[in-house]
Parts: sequence; C-alpha cells; structure tokens
Amino acid sequence: MIKVRFFAMLKGLAGTETKEYAVAAPISIESLKELIKKDFPSLSQIIDSRSLLISVNQEFASKETLVKDGDEVGFLPPFSGG
Amino acid sequence: MSELVTIQKERFSVEEVITRVKSASKGIGAVVVFLGAARDFSKGEVITGLSFEHYPEMAEKKLKDIRSRALDNFNIIEMAIVHRTGPIDIGEDIVLIVAASAHRNDAFMACEWAITELKRTAPIWKRETTQKGEVWVSENP
Repeated sequence: MIKVRFFAMLKGLAGTETKEYAVAAPISIESLKELIKKDFPSLSQIIDSRSLLISVNQEFASKETLVKDGDEVGFLPPFSGG
Repeated sequence: MSELVTIQKERFSVEEVITRVKSASKGIGAVVVFLGAARDFSKGEVITGLSFEHYPEMAEKKLKDIRSRALDNFNIIEMAIVHRTGPIDIGEDIVLIVAASAHRNDAFMACEWAITELKRTAPIWKRETTQKGEVWVSENP
C-alpha cells in the first residue's frame, strides 16, 4: 500500500487525513496525483497548482520520483511556519 | 542533542533554552536570538488567535537538518530551534532560534539563515482566526 497523507487545507478539502492505494508496481508522482484527483475532485485545483509540494518518506520529491509499496507520500500545501 | 530541536505544544522558556545552548561551551561569546510571536493583525485583518499544524516526522527531521547544516556551514558553536504547535494566543511565543558563537557576526548570520530556511522547508502550517472565521495562511513572507 502507498499511504497518502493530507495536511492543513488539503485535509479539510479531502475530508480525511489519509488515503491508501494498492499498487502492483511503482508509479510516478504524476500518476498518483491523477488517482487522487479522481477520488477527491475538491483537491484538483490545489493539486494542479505549482505551489503544492510532495514528500516521499518525509523527503521532498520531484515529478520524476517513483512511489512504491510501503511509501508514505505527503501532500503539502505552502508552508507558513515560523 | 535532540533536546536542542523540539516541536511542542507547551510554552517554552527563552532563558532556559539560552542556558542549554550556552552550556555547550565556555568559548561562547555571543548569543543571537530570534523569537517569533503571535501578532494581532495580518493583511489588514484583526487576528484573534492562531493555531499551527505540522507533519510531525518530517518537520522534526527538517528542523534537525537545519541545525546540523547551520553547524556545518557557519562558524557557530551551538544552535537550538523550538517551534510550537496547536492553538496559540495572541502575544504568545511561536518559534525560537538561538545561535551561539565566539563572535557576534557568525551568530547573527546563522540565526537569520535558520529562520529563513525554517519558513522555506519545514512542513508547518498556520491557521488564523479572524472576525470572518478561520483561514489557513498560504503565503509565508
């Protein structure tokens, strides 16, 4: 399973903190985004925005990063700490 | 030295953290402190309260990484970083960075770099309570 975690306004829009996906083989971040947009249409706009950051296993990921079974993926809206 | 990087709900004592940092070495001659506090206005709106959410495992990792990069890249002796989460009243302290060095310039530079890096890389989000309701803050000046 791939565990997706939503934070801040994404969590509110999705109505849940986590969502799990079973994958037979590693998939790209872009493919995962498409799956999530289908399951959570309310997140489409923010997922398509350039300001969204993605983490895989608590490290920043790029478009080319592949996600595999057992990974934790964070969908991170722009930070506002400090 | 994990006690030098903490994310906590409770209030912190600035003096206690400074004492912890200074205990690292008798060679410390300068301590620079950045303290972020909850102000009562934002973009023309009156703010009545704040709340912070974070991605616990990743935020802690990123703050520890900032401390270790500061120690590697600046001529400082020690650094502590404390960030609060959960609800925070106006006027309360939010974030504390303490940088210590032999001479002041190194501590000033490291402290400024660390708070900028925290705002850029730490997965922490602020929610403001205004008279119109609660809003997530999506920009980080």
